[in-house]
Amino acid sequence: MAEAIKIRAKLNGDVAEVKARMTHVMETGLRKDPASGQVIPAQFIKQLVATLNGKIVVDAEWGPSVSKDPVIGFRVKGAKAGDKLAIKATDNKGEILSGETSVT
Amino acid sequence: MNEYRRSFLNRCSQTGAVALTFAAGLLEPALALAAEWNKAAFDAKSIAEALKLSGAVGAFESKDLVLKVEEHAENGAVVQLEVTSKIPGTTSIAIFVDKNPRPLLADMTFQNGAEPYIFLVTKMAETSRIRAVARAGGKTYFTTREVAVTTSGC
Repeated sequence: MAEAIKIRAKLNGDVAEVKARMTHVMETGLRKDPASGQVIPAQFIKQLVATLNGKIVVDAEWGPSVSKDPVIGFRVKGAKAGDKLAIKATDNKGEILSGETSVT
Repeated sequence: MNEYRRSFLNRCSQTGAVALTFAAGLLEPALALAAEWNKAAFDAKSIAEALKLSGAVGAFESKDLVLKVEEHAENGAVVQLEVTSKIPGTTSIAIFVDKNPRPLLADMTFQNGAEPYIFLVTKMAETSRIRAVARAGGKTYFTTREVAVTTSGC
């Protein structure tokens, strides 16, 4: 199931300041369910790719230490108002989260 | 990506760390591997292993690599950090939390105008050193900060 990533991309001069939030459990695979004592299986975002008008700007690999409901911030120089900023994240179970916004 | 490379990389991840290091040597420049999740490095349980497997050993300490993080984190589940590299030609930044069960937090490459800057929120199991490693012009640079954790976030 594809979940939406909320993205904000605001220009500061010719630099787009981007902040994105996604909803994800980011389970490390090391925690135990306090009730059953069973290990909760790992589920975390492994890869995140951000594009500006279709060109890759940030290519990220993540491990299970990234916080629950991850937030990422980055800056892209040379961006203009109206440029399309898109992010796609894939977790270790193959689930995909994605989002898109226009630079303002 | 061609089929040969994919199957080659898959075989490497099955045969383990030694083969992966070998593959990294064969497929220089290291960027050729950027699109593949570095399983061995993310699975590493010690900071020494994680640094070695992500090609971050032998780094120079640099004041031009700035890691901004609070000194005392009340809640280890949400520790905000910002890394900015002022080192010319920085292409990627990796972040490690030394004492986490899986020390490698993230490894990011910047291209097509993306500045070598990243904001992320990490979990911290206990009081630990956090280190950022930047790659620029074939060299690696690092900086560290100590963060005291009140409540574990793992």
